[in-house]
Amino acid sequence: MSAATESILYKTAEGVPDTLLRRIWASGRVRVGGGILLAVFLTCVVSLPWTMSPTSSIYYDGQRNLPQLAKPASGAPAWFGTDLLGRSVLARCLMGGAISMLIGVAAAAISVVLGLAVGLIAGFKGGWIDSSLMRFVDILYGLPYFLLIILLKVACEKPLTSLLGNPQAANLVVLFAAIGLVSWLTMARVVRGQVLSLRGQPFIEAARAMGLPSTRIFLRHVLPNLVGPVIVYATLIIPQAILQESFLSFLGVGINPPLPTWGSLAGEAREYALNSLNPRWWLLVFPCAMLGVTLLCLNFLGDGLRDVFDPKREAAKL
Amino acid sequence: MPKLLIYRLLQFPLILAVIYVVTLGLAWAAPGSPFEGERNMNPQALEQLKERFNADSFIGFLTFYPVRIITRLDFGPAMSLPGQQVGELIGTRLPRSVALGAVALAIATVVGTVVGTLAAVYRGKTFDWASLMFTLIGISLPGFVVAGVLSLIFVANLQWFSGGWGTAEKMVLPAIALSLAPMAYITRLTRVSMLDVLGADYVRTARAKGCSKPVVVFKHCLRNAFLPVFSYLGPAAAATLTGSFVVERIFSIPGMGELFVLSVQNRDQTLILGTVMVYSVMLLSFNLLVDLGYSLIDPRIDITAKG
Repeated sequence: MSAATESILYKTAEGVPDTLLRRIWASGRVRVGGGILLAVFLTCVVSLPWTMSPTSSIYYDGQRNLPQLAKPASGAPAWFGTDLLGRSVLARCLMGGAISMLIGVAAAAISVVLGLAVGLIAGFKGGWIDSSLMRFVDILYGLPYFLLIILLKVACEKPLTSLLGNPQAANLVVLFAAIGLVSWLTMARVVRGQVLSLRGQPFIEAARAMGLPSTRIFLRHVLPNLVGPVIVYATLIIPQAILQESFLSFLGVGINPPLPTWGSLAGEAREYALNSLNPRWWLLVFPCAMLGVTLLCLNFLGDGLRDVFDPKREAAKL
Repeated sequence: MPKLLIYRLLQFPLILAVIYVVTLGLAWAAPGSPFEGERNMNPQALEQLKERFNADSFIGFLTFYPVRIITRLDFGPAMSLPGQQVGELIGTRLPRSVALGAVALAIATVVGTVVGTLAAVYRGKTFDWASLMFTLIGISLPGFVVAGVLSLIFVANLQWFSGGWGTAEKMVLPAIALSLAPMAYITRLTRVSMLDVLGADYVRTARAKGCSKPVVVFKHCLRNAFLPVFSYLGPAAAATLTGSFVVERIFSIPGMGELFVLSVQNRDQTLILGTVMVYSVMLLSFNLLVDLGYSLIDPRIDITAKG
C-alpha cells in the first residue's frame, strides 16, 4: 500500500501486522459501542436466573400467586422503582432486555441466512433466475411489511403452540421468524451486488483458468470476500429487528404478557407515566433509556465496522 | 419513459392481487375467525355480506368481494363492530393519519436537507459534530420513546400542548415526534451526498466566476445532491406509516393505526382487508411517483437501462 493510503486507513506501529482484527480493535467506535453493548447484554443475560425467579421480581404472574404480588419489592430490586403490580421495574427491564436482544439476534440470523441464500443464487446463476429473483425482491419491497408481520404472527401462533407445546416459546419463535422473513431483502441485494462484482474480477477468472473446481472457488475465494458486507449489514439489521419488535410489543401485538420486553414495558407505562396529575415517570424512562442506549451502541458499532471494512468511503467517515 | 410507466402500471394490480390473497389467507387462517363460530359474530354483518357481496365463504371472499371493492369502493360491514361500515371508518380516520404523515415527512425533508447541507459545508466544525450526534440519536431511538419523552415534557409537565386531534396546534407535537427518525436519515444522506458534490469542478468554476456561496450551494449543489434523498422518500413513507401507529397511540389521536390494531385483535376480516389494501395502494402509488419522478429530477437517468 502506498504511504498516502496507509495514513488514511490505519497507523500501524513498526513491526505490528495490519490485520483485520487489529483494525477492528483500533476503531474507537467499535470499542465504545461494542463495549457498552457487551456490558448491557452480559448484565441482562447473567441476571436471568435472578429475574426469572418468582421471589425476586414476581414478573411471572401467570402463576397467580396473588398474596406475593401484593408485597412491593424493596431493596435492590426497587432501584428503578416498582410498577403497579408491585413488580420490580429493574428486574423487568433486565429480563426484557434479554428477550428483546434475543429476538433481535435471532431475526437478524434468519435474515442473513435467507438474504445470503437468495443473493448467492441470484449472483451466481444469473440469467432468468437472477431477474426473476430480483423482481420478486422488488415486489416485496413495496409491501406494507409491518402489517404482514402482525398478520403472520396472528395466523401462525396457535398452530405453532400446538406444535411446540409451550405458548411462550411459540410466541417468541413466531415473532422473530416473522421479523426475519421480512428483513432479508437488503441483505439479498447487497450479497448479489458483491457476488456480481467479484465474478468480474481477474483473480476469479485466473482461478477458473487454472482449473479449480467451482466449489473450491466459492469457498476459498468468493466467500471470504463476502464476509465484510455481510457482517456490516447484519450489525445494522439487529437494531432494526429490535426496533420492530419494540414497536409491535408497544402496540400490544408483539410478545404476550407477562413476558416483558422493552417495548411492552413502555406500552404498559404509557397511560400511567404520562398522566399529568401523577406522572410515574420511572415506568417509562428506564425501559426507554435502556432501549435507546442499546440501539445507539448497535448503530455506533455498525458504523465503526463499516468504516473498517470499507475504508475507501472517506466521505462517509464520521 | 412511457414504456416504464406502462410496465409499472401493469405491475400495480398484480402486486395488489398478491397482497390481497396473502392477507386474506393469513386473516382467514388466524384462529378465532368469525366463520368458524369461535366468536359470536354480528349476524347483521353476516347477512349484509351475504346479500351484497355473496361472500360467506373463503371462495366468496376471494372472488366476489374484491369485485365490489373495485367497482363501487364498497368494503362492506365491519364484522366485529356492529352497525359500522368499513368504508366509513376508514374514511373518517384516514385523512387524519395522512395529514399527520404528510406534515411529518415535509418537516423531515426540509429540516433534514438544510441541516445536512450546512453540516457538509461546515464539515468538521461544531455544527457538523452536533448534527452527527443528533442523527445517531434520531435513528436509534424508537418512535414511541421520542413521542413519549416529548409528551412527558410538553404535555404532562409543562402543559404547553395537549393530546387529541382537532386544531392545527394539536398536530405540532405529534408531527415533530414522527418526523425525527426520517429527519435523521435525510440529514445523513444529504450530508454524504453534498460532500461528494462540493468537490466537483463546476462548483469551483462557479465560485471563481464570482457566485456567492449560498447561491452555489443551494442553487447548484443541492439539486444534484438531492437524488439519494429523493429515492429515500419511498422507504421513508413506509417508515412514517409504521411510526404513525405508535405516535397516534401516545398522543391519543383517533387515526388508522388504532383501527388496524383493533381489527387484528378482533380478527375482523373485512376491516383487516380494508386497512391493508388502503395502505398498500398508498405505499405503492407513492413509490411509483418517486420512481417516475427520478427522470424529471435528473434527465441523465434512464432507469429502464439494464443496470
